[in-house]
Amino acid sequence: MESQELPYVLTDCIGGRHGVYEDHAEFLKKHFSLITMKEYLENKKLLGEKIRAIYAWYHKPVIDEELLRSLPNLKIVASSGVGIDHLDLNLLSRYGVKVSNTPFIVSNDTADLGMALMLASSRRLVEGYEMAVSPDTEYFPADWLGAEVSGATLGIVGMGTIGYKVANRAKAFEMKILYHNRNQRNKEEESAVGAIYCKKIDDLLQQSDFVLLSVNLTPQTHKLIGKRQLQLMKPTATLINISRGLVVDQDALVEALQNHVIKAAALDVTYPEPLPRGHPLLKMKNVIITPHIGSATKKTRRLMMENMMESIQAGLTGLPIPNEVLL
Amino acid sequence: LWWHKPVVDQELLQSLPNLKVIANSGVGMDHLDLKLIASFGVKMANAPRAVSSSTADTGMALLLASARRLVEGYHLAISSDTDYCEADFLGVEVTGATLGIIGMGRIGYKIALRAKAFEMNILYHNRTHRKEQEEQAVGATFCETIENLLQQSDFVMVVVSLTPQTHKLIGKREMELMKPTATLINISRGAVIDEEALVTALQTGVIRAAALDVTYPEPLPRDHALLKLKNVIITPHLCIKTDKTTYMITKEAVENILAALNGLPMPSEVL
Repeated sequence: MESQELPYVLTDCIGGRHGVYEDHAEFLKKHFSLITMKEYLENKKLLGEKIRAIYAWYHKPVIDEELLRSLPNLKIVASSGVGIDHLDLNLLSRYGVKVSNTPFIVSNDTADLGMALMLASSRRLVEGYEMAVSPDTEYFPADWLGAEVSGATLGIVGMGTIGYKVANRAKAFEMKILYHNRNQRNKEEESAVGAIYCKKIDDLLQQSDFVLLSVNLTPQTHKLIGKRQLQLMKPTATLINISRGLVVDQDALVEALQNHVIKAAALDVTYPEPLPRGHPLLKMKNVIITPHIGSATKKTRRLMMENMMESIQAGLTGLPIPNEVLL
Repeated sequence: LWWHKPVVDQELLQSLPNLKVIANSGVGMDHLDLKLIASFGVKMANAPRAVSSSTADTGMALLLASARRLVEGYHLAISSDTDYCEADFLGVEVTGATLGIIGMGRIGYKIALRAKAFEMNILYHNRTHRKEQEEQAVGATFCETIENLLQQSDFVMVVVSLTPQTHKLIGKREMELMKPTATLINISRGAVIDEEALVTALQTGVIRAAALDVTYPEPLPRDHALLKLKNVIITPHLCIKTDKTTYMITKEAVENILAALNGLPMPSEVL
């Protein structure tokens, strides 16, 4: 039994800026023959036949028709994180390849980051930091103010696992919570967080001091927040995006911020990532951008890796796949 | 008094023979000589109710920003060097972590309420034990000794008032008791922490990071080591700096002044 070959799993690269972490790779190699794209390309004929799974870390490698054709024994693609908008599910289904993601593991961290961005933006934390460390600062002006989070109104667009966790946290800050979702949550869930359903997103936009986006990216949510939606928001409102850059019409957002149509924005996601270096969003004082760190904690990333490994193992042995993404 | 000014000294008190009351904006009273003022028969008030939510929010904002390396992340995101995002840029988890609150007064308790929603395990150290229902409402466990709290906490939040007893409460010894992965957050007064010891602790990895809304002095001299450390977030005494809270402070001050002048009990008299 010991001499049985470990299953061949393709990944983009190990180490470096976006590769699989070295300590994760060490662990994975106990269970898989981990092949990098570089190794695969050097030996396509032999390895192409052997590869039965893809460990897609950070949306890489890009999985297109060409790759699928050269991996005839590919059974499953395990993708890190919850978003799967970077995968062509129809294409994968045509090739009989199953897909898994890591939906629940990321929710706490992402909800935490949503709260972190809301607090940082409203209290002008980044601006405050710059003032505190600037060589030119001689004193802290007393009339330099932010806006209160406690008691304010939070509108959550997308009340899935992450949105609901944000609501839980926001309730402790005595925030009034509105939400917009494809489906209304049941009464117990609503009253547990004191959330009020807004069937029309317009109602939520008009009443909220903070609008937080936690939807997944689909054709329906593409540019969900555009010029019209931004104009419905209060001029004192802040937009927080922890979903996908494309959920927001970015050009409309720039314009809205420049013309004081809304007060501020805090974005963990943009389109593209990262933004081109001259982009106006990078220079605005009332914008906080973070480099897509919604799930970026050591513990969570470790759990993601373990989840992906389990999904691959299940996929290769024909067992039910935890966290399978169905069309 | 607005932001600790004007300075109330013997000379000023002597030249205001009809002074009845001093209303302080904010809750800290360490900048006032309480004995001196009382000796002139002048009443004093602060604004505890107005400040607590806003200051608790500041504490949580700093905790989250430090844990998730928000400021560093921002600089990375806007840096002219970034050609694409660092996938190995990692912070530490807040949900489910252990928060140790030193000073469980009004503000400390509001922090506990907020932290509970993040499913944090809450420990606290205080001069006195809180009532059982209050503890249960936030799931907080009393630590008889501060050492106990320091050793178990992933985040240590300092929320005490500055008194001779709390001066340099957190020094070299206390920091060495903390976990090397722990974060120290200060929203009380700069002098509660031994700043020199803090610099050393941060530089040598004795603790992971610090987030300070208060320092001594404020602002720090521009060449201070704390300003340059990557694992330190400093904010310019944000605690009550929101339009809502500054207004509420003013309102509370007015209530106290009017009560004192009319010989009525003051809502927030400081004795």
